Amino acid sequence: MASNAATNPDNGSEPTRRDMLFLATGAAAAVGVGAAVWPFLQSLAPDAETIAAGAPVEMDLSPIAAGQTVKVFWRGKLIFVRHRTADEIKAAQDVNVASLRDPQPDSARVKEGHAPWLVVYGNCTHLGCVPLGNQGQYNGWFCPCHGSVFDTSGRVRGGPAPINLPIPPYTFVSDTKIRIGEGAVV
Amino acid sequence: MSQHATSYVPKSAFAKWFESRLPIAGLIHSSFVAFPVPRNLNYFWTFGGVLFFMLVMQIVTGVVLAMHYVPSATMAFDSVEHIMRDVNYGWLLRYLHANGASMFFVAVYIHIFRNLYYGSYKAPREVLYLLGVIIFLLMMATAFLGYVLPWGQMSFWGATVITNLFSAIPVVGDTIVSFLWGGYSVGNPTLNRFFSLHYLLPFMIMGVAILHVWALHVPGNNNPTGLPIKSGKETVPFHPYMTVKDGFSLVVFLMFYMYWVFYQPNYLGHADNYIPANPSVTPAHIVPEWYFLPFYAILRAIPDKLGGVIAMFGAIVCLALVPWLDTSRIRSANYRPLYRQFFWVFVGVCILLGWLGAKPADGWYVIASQIATAYYFVHFLVILPLLGLFERPTPMPGSILESVLGSQIKSGAGMPVGATAAPQSKG
Repeated sequence: MASNAATNPDNGSEPTRRDMLFLATGAAAAVGVGAAVWPFLQSLAPDAETIAAGAPVEMDLSPIAAGQTVKVFWRGKLIFVRHRTADEIKAAQDVNVASLRDPQPDSARVKEGHAPWLVVYGNCTHLGCVPLGNQGQYNGWFCPCHGSVFDTSGRVRGGPAPINLPIPPYTFVSDTKIRIGEGAVV
Repeated sequence: MSQHATSYVPKSAFAKWFESRLPIAGLIHSSFVAFPVPRNLNYFWTFGGVLFFMLVMQIVTGVVLAMHYVPSATMAFDSVEHIMRDVNYGWLLRYLHANGASMFFVAVYIHIFRNLYYGSYKAPREVLYLLGVIIFLLMMATAFLGYVLPWGQMSFWGATVITNLFSAIPVVGDTIVSFLWGGYSVGNPTLNRFFSLHYLLPFMIMGVAILHVWALHVPGNNNPTGLPIKSGKETVPFHPYMTVKDGFSLVVFLMFYMYWVFYQPNYLGHADNYIPANPSVTPAHIVPEWYFLPFYAILRAIPDKLGGVIAMFGAIVCLALVPWLDTSRIRSANYRPLYRQFFWVFVGVCILLGWLGAKPADGWYVIASQIATAYYFVHFLVILPLLGLFERPTPMPGSILESVLGSQIKSGAGMPVGATAAPQSKG
């Protein structure tokens, strides 16, 4: 109110009690809004049940023939387990790594001593479709959605995908058994 | 106009009592009865009414469908089949809702292209226009969320592809995506929150639509000449002139709508969506609904993930910036010979992009998509700004009245008496 300000002798010279109240209320409100928003935001994150469902899964590799790919789910995410043939391993190794979009040697994509076994996430790194196995120029995977091409090491070789198919956390329990999700970051 | 005192006079004692406490009848009267509109509006100006009807249609059918639908990854698909087979008239309600979304977009695209042709976005209607762009964005979000709910193959993979768009954001992308999903992949938490948001957004659209009508009623309607209203003779009251015109248009539109509902109820959908969601197999040919195809083609045209996402959202940003990209002082394309041609080329390019968006992402389709995408942006960022500088407009009528009545007013000695007698109804 203009009349109010005019009759206030302190106006413009010194902070009044009202200024103090205004600042204190505003500060408390800002903290309160922040504190109130936090639980709403956090409720959208993966919940305890979803995280618990991400316990490691074991998988027996012995029934998988050379040249065969098996699909398995961990944390609701699709994973390809591919038993690569000698030709496929050779094709993956005989690549000029520097020429790749996401440069990684084949040795960095398999566990040491287990070159036939490629374990990668089964969703295209572009927009998440499932690429088709044994297709595309490099006989690795071809994504039907937007045309990304992956080689037999799961590395992106063409199309819009920005990075290689990621490798889930897994370990070899024995020569014919892997455990997926071991040591995963929640 | 909204500032003008209403001409509404309450008749009954109750109406007087009520109006002095909440003057809502007067507001409705001045907005939808006495509201003056240009007398030369053509049928392209009736789609605002059609759109409002479609919004109400979608809300009414949607509320009833939600009474039978179960938002759960294990039951959603079956509950939709339950609606189709067991619920009384469930098939009708679902087909009205599913085809209603398509019809909503038919109407909104006509509405948008009418706006672009007649330059309705220009001052003083920029805020009105931006509110429209916001409604368009909310419509796209709502349509996408709704398409996920039946939890078929297209639902699931559409949700996967669209949510993965956000993973292109550097650094925080993956966190954002897991917050959208509520997990590490599209799953039950995703479906639940999408259902919640699909129910919320139409009411937000309704709120913005009311602001849109408010912002329209401040400057009033544009018209095919783009000229401002000069006298009361150039306007007619909304009722009965526009109510009957909007009503007639709506009836014709409803015939078109009902053709789809009763004769081709699944033509605009995808057969793959009658297969329950399967996270281990992507449909061989994944495409969005037809109304997203031009934007989808732009996304795919860029051979880079982040670039494609930026281009797709940039396509809408360009649309929002049109009032400032168009440098011409002339509103209507009727008097802009070059813009008129570029407008139709642009319409053609949008249709071409839509067609390309439905094609597989290989061979010459990719190159054609890239050329069409480039043209889309050139239209907004180069052609629109330059046209205003180089284009010579064709002769324009002096007023709306002159464009309607022709030379009889031009050669006459000024306005008819009545024209200047009622200037109060003008802004």
